Amino acid sequence: MELWFTENHSENVRFSVRIDKPLYSEQSPYQRIDVFETPEFGRMLTLDGYVMITQKDEFIYHDMIVHVPMAVKKNVEKVLVIGAGDGGTIRELCRYGSVKHIDLVEIDGAVIRVCREFFPEMTASLDDERVTVNIEDGLRFVRHKKNEYDLIIVDSTDPFGPGEGLFTREFYGNCYNALTDDGVLVNQHESAFYENDAKAMCRAHERLRSVFEVHRVYQAHIPTYASGHWLFGFASKGLDPIKDLDAEYWESLGIKTRYYNTELHRGCFALPNYVIERLGGGKEQ
Amino acid sequence: MADQTRAPIYEALKKYRADRIVPFDVPGHKMGRGNPELTEFLGKNCMSADVNSSKPLDNLCHPVSVIKEAESLAAEAFGAGNAFLIVNGTTAAVQAMILAAAKRGDKIIMPRNVHRSAINALILSGAIPVYVNPEVNRELGIPLGMTPENVEDAIKRHPDAKAVFVNNPTYYGICSDIKRIAELAHAHGMLLLADEAHGTHFYFGDGLPISGMAAGADMSAVSMHKSGGSLTQSSFLLTAAGVNEGYVRQIINLMQTTSGSYLLMSSLDISRRNLALHGREIFAKVRGYAEYMRSEINDIGGYYAFSKELCDGGAIYDFDVTKLSVHTREIGLAGIEVYDILRDRYGIQIEFGDIGNILAYVSIGDRELYLDRLIGALNDIKRVCSKDKTGMLNVEYIDPVVRVSPQQAFYGSRIAVPVEKSAGRICGEFVMCYPPGIPILAPGEEITPEILDYIRYAGEKGCFLTGTQDLEIKYIMVMDEGQQFPV
Repeated sequence: MELWFTENHSENVRFSVRIDKPLYSEQSPYQRIDVFETPEFGRMLTLDGYVMITQKDEFIYHDMIVHVPMAVKKNVEKVLVIGAGDGGTIRELCRYGSVKHIDLVEIDGAVIRVCREFFPEMTASLDDERVTVNIEDGLRFVRHKKNEYDLIIVDSTDPFGPGEGLFTREFYGNCYNALTDDGVLVNQHESAFYENDAKAMCRAHERLRSVFEVHRVYQAHIPTYASGHWLFGFASKGLDPIKDLDAEYWESLGIKTRYYNTELHRGCFALPNYVIERLGGGKEQ
Repeated sequence: MADQTRAPIYEALKKYRADRIVPFDVPGHKMGRGNPELTEFLGKNCMSADVNSSKPLDNLCHPVSVIKEAESLAAEAFGAGNAFLIVNGTTAAVQAMILAAAKRGDKIIMPRNVHRSAINALILSGAIPVYVNPEVNRELGIPLGMTPENVEDAIKRHPDAKAVFVNNPTYYGICSDIKRIAELAHAHGMLLLADEAHGTHFYFGDGLPISGMAAGADMSAVSMHKSGGSLTQSSFLLTAAGVNEGYVRQIINLMQTTSGSYLLMSSLDISRRNLALHGREIFAKVRGYAEYMRSEINDIGGYYAFSKELCDGGAIYDFDVTKLSVHTREIGLAGIEVYDILRDRYGIQIEFGDIGNILAYVSIGDRELYLDRLIGALNDIKRVCSKDKTGMLNVEYIDPVVRVSPQQAFYGSRIAVPVEKSAGRICGEFVMCYPPGIPILAPGEEITPEILDYIRYAGEKGCFLTGTQDLEIKYIMVMDEGQQFPV
């Protein structure tokens, strides 16, 4: 017997992973949640049939969404993380001594419950005393905050399901309001390769650019995401992700990483031409 | 008690489709086969329900079977004597109501903030309006309801009037004391007509203002396609038990199509069933959505999402809490500006913006996640766009000076003059901001300098002005100088 999980990366392209066994399945009020045991990637979490994390490659995503902003904006104390029920982003943040408080806002409590059961090594940091877990819509949560966070990380699903509100101009505007004067927002920024992802990427870029003084896009190689080439957004009220990178400071923290390093930090903002063109002729890049 | 789980038109259409009747009648697309592009766009199910009147499907102009049954079920669901399916919009229902109540030269007492369809009906019938000043809330700049005292005064001054016309509620959700006004009208031998274009849910929800039929109205126009969930342009005309059914149907048939759309009729049938069976839960949910948004929007500060606290027992006798009206002037933006910003920058389309307010339509079709998008966008607009509010126009009710009947003015000898040179003339056409479609000027009214100021200001703020022959609204039709008609 062969068991395969298949995700459509586009209407005409499929990505399949052999399954050892399905471990869990649930339809929450927001989405379908599945956990599989796979020979290649270890445990794998999918939401509405889209791969969110696998044990084998989650380090890439979580390194890049956390350490890039943390090496630019120094001594971050208060962080807001939206989405990220799997705990990986929180785990990386908790490695910084400067961080005093993290608000995790996840709309679907079931994701946290399932991840606590099947990914205990990732979710352990949710019990860190600095972390407050809020089961709430991120768009709603951030509206009530003003001048409060040094860093906001939007670790969302794609903009076609419950994550839709986290790709809107009103959300980015409310985040701007919730950030301190030199605060930074980093988000999962889709991908430029397949048409639907690319459209979502462009929309997110336009909206972020209309709200923030600085908006730059950076990339990472993530094997289980569509096309393998994934993008992140770096937005701020002034801090530049390269000019304001303090490599010495970050290296002095002694944080050991498997993907991120400060050389890669400088390089990951250098985008392929087709991405620059898609983002609007490289005006901002 | 009839069986409200039935939907006779819908059932007949399903059977008609299943029977595979061979169509050698109109419409020519023959269940979509003759128009593949349209069928691809709208869907096969939709096209195969677009059929003609016939024996198994009844006839809207003279219903004897399934349409008759659907109308009886609707009458019962709404607590009316009779219900008529209307497929030419609630406009047609309002016009039928007025044409049935008042003939040429008859008077009809109404608030000035009626929908254009009501004044259109006056042009058609030749009836003469007696306007009752709707009070205005100066802070919000919105017209309110009529007080029973003002109505009584109008009745005494015009004891020969045939009917009193009431908005239940206004576009903003404001209700007059319709029950008391109905009693006054009846005590003086007049009919009570209710425009319930925005009041369908009053018949089914809890904690909402009283419905026209329950308040004793003789006729009511109910827009099922607004809060009721049916297709655009479908509506009900309701009449009380004593009203002559056959005469009302004749009046409806004067203007309504003889090719009643089965898409619209089946949508009325299915929606009536849904409301009769589940209306209470549906509107409890809608009410909860509106209350949540109101409280969150008021928390932002600067905006005022108003509600029942406005009620004063007079011109604001009651308020429809499912309506989400928000006053925006305190953040220095006209409602119409917020309306445009929401659409252009945030991808959110709301119902309307006027000079001082916006209205977001909250309904049966809303999703919880979207409620927070609108609230979040309003929060962001305040952050990014708020301005100093000085210099913004304070809207006051401009008492119309009715010089001749709408029909005389509309059909009389007219000439076009430049708008800015029209002060002092008698208007020969409508000028409206759309929506809400309430006339700023109606045929027969004197054009005053303050009205011209208002039109200019509304245009500058981006209101969509309509109604004139000149689509650019540079010229306005006025009555020819030589002709003067006494009212």
